[in-house]
Amino acid sequence: MRNPFTRGMVHGIPIALGYLSVSFGFGIMAVQAGLPTLATVAVSVTNLTSAGQVAGVSIIAAGGTLLEMLLTQLVINLRYALMGFSLSQKLDGSFTTVRRLVISFGITDEVYGVAISQPGTLTASYMLGLMVPPILGWSAGTAMGALAGQLLPQAVTAAMGLVLYGMFLAIILPVSRKDKHVLFAVLLAAACSCAFYYALPELSQGFAVIISALIASLTAAWLFPLEEVAS
Amino acid sequence: MSLVWYIAVMALTTYLIRMLPFTLFRRQIRSRYIRSLLYYLPYAVLSAMTLPAILYATGDIRTAAAGTGIALVLAYKGLPLIVVALAAAAVALLTGFLL
Repeated sequence: MRNPFTRGMVHGIPIALGYLSVSFGFGIMAVQAGLPTLATVAVSVTNLTSAGQVAGVSIIAAGGTLLEMLLTQLVINLRYALMGFSLSQKLDGSFTTVRRLVISFGITDEVYGVAISQPGTLTASYMLGLMVPPILGWSAGTAMGALAGQLLPQAVTAAMGLVLYGMFLAIILPVSRKDKHVLFAVLLAAACSCAFYYALPELSQGFAVIISALIASLTAAWLFPLEEVAS
Repeated sequence: MSLVWYIAVMALTTYLIRMLPFTLFRRQIRSRYIRSLLYYLPYAVLSAMTLPAILYATGDIRTAAAGTGIALVLAYKGLPLIVVALAAAAVALLTGFLL
């Protein structure tokens, strides 16, 4: 495959297949939380992020404030800033500012993972090809979930509520197993989150997640800082 | 509050987080503490979002616990995201029929 755009598309297809079923779960979840079908699809098309969208929908459902929405998205999606920093080191000369503005929309955990593992520099056409299938898969899966969720038996839609959380566990656990410091941050975050949930139910879920995650990662960064980079 | 505002704030915040570093930044982050914080943060966020919410995701804590259990085992074994996610839902569904 000489054409970088086509090569990117081929690399993006497995990501799209994974997104299809996960976003199906998101579609069901959002409609159950009371969002109209069109709004549910609009959230997926404009955000392209699993964790942020789940938190965002729960804020909408709970009638939270816009400030809470902003802060929640900021903390949950802050990892994309790191990925953006990281990818920015690997771009070739074809990346004009306009292309950076467009391509940055499609940075997700999986797109980042594939892109960063490519040998050499990244071209704008490869990156564009890589993100097209995931964007289509994420949007189409959401639409199908939002529509079919109303037709499926209640037992099935209830069980599909676990799909996104199952995916989160599949991201967390393999890393925690390899890196005990990550395991520490993960356990501390879960402990804080449970403590807030049961001891301080007045605190909204969005803020509970932000505060728990910050306590855990600030503590882990303080106790177990990463190695110095060679300069 | 209008739904449009929620979605606009959500989308704009998410886009700016992705766009600003990718577009403006052209050198390495040096601060060891900030790099460490950014390294741990994603896992801490996902963990705080998952617990305890996963136990209430199906509306029945028994089916949710069964799904969570299988997800923990399969995720620990390092199976692909999609396998873990669907197995959790399938086991919760089966448990619901058996109860």
